[in-house]
Amino acid sequence: MTTTPSDAVDGATLAAPTSSGTTAMPDALGHFGPYGGRFVPEALIAALDELDEAYRAAMVDPEFQSELQRLLTTYTGRPSPLTDARRLSPHAGGAQILLKREDLNHTGSHKINNVLGQALLTRRMGKTRVIAETGAGQHGVATATAAALLGLDCVVYMGQEDTQRQALNVARMRLLGAEVVPVTAGSRTLKDAINEAMRDWVTNVADTHYLLGTVAGPHPFPSMVRDFHRCIGLEARQQVLALTGRLPDAVAACVGGGSNAIGIFHAFLDDAGVALHGFEAGGDGVATGRHAATITGGAPGVLHGTRSYLLQDEDGQTIESHSISAGLDYPGGGPEHAWLNDLGRAQYRPITDAEAMEAFQLLSRTEGIIPAIESAHAIAGALVVGRELGPDGVVLVNLSGRGDKDVDTAARWFGLFSESDA
Amino acid sequence: MSGSLELDDQAASAKSPPSSISMGSVRSAFDIARTQNRSLLVGYLPAGFPSIEASARAAEAMVAAGVDVVEIGLPYSDPVMDGPVIQEAVDHALRDGVRTRDVLALAGRVAATGAPTLVMTYWNPVERYSPAQFARDLAAAGGAGAITPDLIPEEAGEWVAAAQHEGLDTVFLVAPSSPDVRIRAVAAATTGFVYAASTMGVTGARTQVGTAAQGLVERVRTLTEVPIAVGLGVSTPEQAAEVAQWADGVIVGSAFVRLLLDAPSQDAGVAAVGELAAALAQAVRGARR
Ligand SMILES: Cc1ncc(COP(=O)(O)O)c(C=O)c1O
Repeated sequence: MTTTPSDAVDGATLAAPTSSGTTAMPDALGHFGPYGGRFVPEALIAALDELDEAYRAAMVDPEFQSELQRLLTTYTGRPSPLTDARRLSPHAGGAQILLKREDLNHTGSHKINNVLGQALLTRRMGKTRVIAETGAGQHGVATATAAALLGLDCVVYMGQEDTQRQALNVARMRLLGAEVVPVTAGSRTLKDAINEAMRDWVTNVADTHYLLGTVAGPHPFPSMVRDFHRCIGLEARQQVLALTGRLPDAVAACVGGGSNAIGIFHAFLDDAGVALHGFEAGGDGVATGRHAATITGGAPGVLHGTRSYLLQDEDGQTIESHSISAGLDYPGGGPEHAWLNDLGRAQYRPITDAEAMEAFQLLSRTEGIIPAIESAHAIAGALVVGRELGPDGVVLVNLSGRGDKDVDTAARWFGLFSESDA
Repeated sequence: MSGSLELDDQAASAKSPPSSISMGSVRSAFDIARTQNRSLLVGYLPAGFPSIEASARAAEAMVAAGVDVVEIGLPYSDPVMDGPVIQEAVDHALRDGVRTRDVLALAGRVAATGAPTLVMTYWNPVERYSPAQFARDLAAAGGAGAITPDLIPEEAGEWVAAAQHEGLDTVFLVAPSSPDVRIRAVAAATTGFVYAASTMGVTGARTQVGTAAQGLVERVRTLTEVPIAVGLGVSTPEQAAEVAQWADGVIVGSAFVRLLLDAPSQDAGVAAVGELAAALAQAVRGARR
């Protein structure tokens, strides 16, 4: 059942996304083409069904929608502004670079959009405890925040390596009343934190919601998390139109699991003239094998409950990813991105650690905005896209988070700690 | 048995085709045990822990001591259904470089004991190998089938077809949280036995078998004639004897792995596995007398 892109929808409705062209929704089992689905122990299926049902009911429940809207406005600070990055523009071949400022959200990243939605759902399902995985700590902080706001118990699983490189966020989560559990299994990063969260969930599913932080995992997470982030693109589309009188030529976002990227892409899927660019973590370079570029450098397979591109060896064992950015350091990714890639609707390219850090410093110095290192990958990518488009181009970039949490990493990278400071 | 037409259809397809119940199949082992009014003992060991050779000898010791059906675990990097004991063992095996082909060869070697031997595997290694090829190679090695803990019936079409083509048994899971409609779907896709998770949780020894287990088994019984084995948390002969009274099979895994982890030497580990297997076998066989 395919429809043509000419059935383009008005992207301004928040609820129930419509399907047309490449925006075809997943089937009832959560498949995006060959991707997605549910690859989890049977014990979790009842909870996933319950979640799917609660979510679908909530999306058409005016009371839920107005409560979510109220929080997004009065708590998160939505709509987030659009900033015309005029001093960055010359570094992007003169193209106009428009920053969607998710970094200005409460808790410092886009993650809060999804978290508030799922936290309200948790309460709606009568559950009293949320668990989450976190890499950079942004999703963990957002979850701990929502748990405090709604009076839910909160446990956050975090790879031990990440608890060290994102120590500030560990402290934030604890201040907010969450329990942070450092995970010492496997590679001690995000993938292992997800394993541990899934084990907790299967054990405590009766009173616990797994508040997954990205558009991966078993159905309904990829489409549900996407829908909670659709506000990014819906707002940005109107803001760009209002500012420039036209649609952007390209939209750029970093891709870890893919939530901020799908959130900003989705409103433009049916705008055939808008190119969609996802920037993956290239680490030391895809050729070195030390990277987290799953679409560029991986192959389709199943990880953490969904089929998508992932880093795996010949036997289907997950290969550890590498990135300076904890939030992108994940060997899997969202199934809808896999499908958009195969359809050719979105392009995915790697940005190395060095390129991202250069963009990190450039944005800091030209615009006075210190981005999250994750988001710096999108900035670096936007500079490339801008140069390809030239001075008439307009590039919309999702600035998914702010860099406070990364100051330590950046100071080390740039050698900003002098001996006398120590 | 009465029921809706749909259920009868599903139940019928779950039992057929009889040709897939070959000698040495898991299903035939259960059928024979049923005529003897006894439960079967199913023992799990991860391949390659503490080494390929030692895991083979431990599995052989299990069978010699009375384990009826063997599960050989395929080590996987992200075992979300497993608790710390099995995680530690498979991490070790993976660090040693155990490959899928080693696991298939090991399953063949264990099957040569005469005990039906299943591979217990998360789905991605099979998908990567190619489901059809995996089924072919497992059948050629002499394996009886596979247990696929993160594969649900809705996603299992390719595997069910491949297994049926090679005459391999499929084993899918049910849990205390599974509603009847899902139990029917699981049973319809299952040819070997329904793996009933005794509790909501991951693998690992527990002081008590979940009270939910017996209720689950009774519920599954009303929905299918496929044999039902209970796993997760069974570790002692006392627990095994209790479960054997009402389940068609008793599955023990982490308790064996724990012995291998704690043993001062591989030989001592193999011997300890044999001793526990003997005690469990005696408990299971005596349970209904
Ligand atoms: C600021 C920021 N951007 C992006 C990401 C990557 O996640 P996703 O690809 O789901 O947007 C993270 C994850 O922690 C993040 O903190």
